[in-house]
Amino acid sequence: MPDTTPTHARDAITLPAGGAGGVVADWSSDQRAFKSASWGKAMMWIFLLSDTFIFGCFLLSYMTVRMSTTEPWPNPSEVFALEIGGTHLPLILIAIMTFVLISSSGTMAMAVNYGYRRDRVKTAVLMLVTAAFGATFVGMQAFEWSKLIHEGVRPWENPWGAAQFGSSFFMITGFHGTHVTIGVIFLLIIARKVWRGDFDQGKPGFFTSRKGCYEIVEITGLYWHFVDLVWVFIFALFYLW
Amino acid sequence: MAHAATTGAQAAAGTAAPAEGQQHPIKLYLVVWGWLFVLSAFSYLVDYFHLQGYLRWSLILLFMSLKAGLIVAVFMHMAWERLALTYAILLPPVLVLVFVALMVLEADYTLFMRERFFDAGPG
Repeated sequence: MPDTTPTHARDAITLPAGGAGGVVADWSSDQRAFKSASWGKAMMWIFLLSDTFIFGCFLLSYMTVRMSTTEPWPNPSEVFALEIGGTHLPLILIAIMTFVLISSSGTMAMAVNYGYRRDRVKTAVLMLVTAAFGATFVGMQAFEWSKLIHEGVRPWENPWGAAQFGSSFFMITGFHGTHVTIGVIFLLIIARKVWRGDFDQGKPGFFTSRKGCYEIVEITGLYWHFVDLVWVFIFALFYLW
Repeated sequence: MAHAATTGAQAAAGTAAPAEGQQHPIKLYLVVWGWLFVLSAFSYLVDYFHLQGYLRWSLILLFMSLKAGLIVAVFMHMAWERLALTYAILLPPVLVLVFVALMVLEADYTLFMRERFFDAGPG
């Protein structure tokens, strides 16, 4: 199959015009507002929007306590530094975790692509690789948590300064780590279905009695990329700030 | 109204989502993947070289926005969705910035009160 299949040429014929007029037409139309997205994809997007607000509130409360405390804020660059081979590397663990998560996002994007090409072996393998990267990330986070807890960081105190550091850290990274864990489970379930060829034989999809299709790979991908997206914000606002 | 009727008819004909879904060249994903690595490395270097002040904040926010934009637009295929979905999903989070402004004011006020009444010593 060629690399570029212009499926959107067909959309241009069957779908109403784009632009601002298209937005009004879509939203005021009968039956469905999101014409290019299936119900599953639209629902995942709306769920992700609500999740955005949850993480937004966490990051906002972190900003508020950090701005309003009179105690010095612990320097994340030093708190998360590691000695590797006798060299002192600031923030190195977090940098590695960032690269692991970005790698997983890349393999996920490839899995979605191969899914739509109906190449079930490559899709399943790439999803399993993504899940492995995700599990690695969670493992490194567990290491980071144990290290900090061992050094005396608690939600109510820490040895270096403002007590709010611990509560923000455990709340934000804990909630994100939970999301990654759920994502890994989600990936494994869908990868198994892809591997068995469920979507080639028209067996029911995930949480539905309708005929399953490879779009579920993209929907899983949306969730996974969102987890990576949240980490982009956590990395910038919590670890680098 | 004639226009509305035709778009309605077209919409009814086009209700089924494209059967083959999103298909883009693998190369596009590899290029974006590469950029995400480069931008993450730059973010890390900002910390590694101890850049401070406005330079640090602006670089961190710039790299963060670029990475977020690439992930949403290409990996999550938002660039190829119809505007009705794009606006519905991307506009509400922008309004969080109003909440940010409110909380900045609130935090400044709290800090002022704490410094005025708790750190100033007796009296």
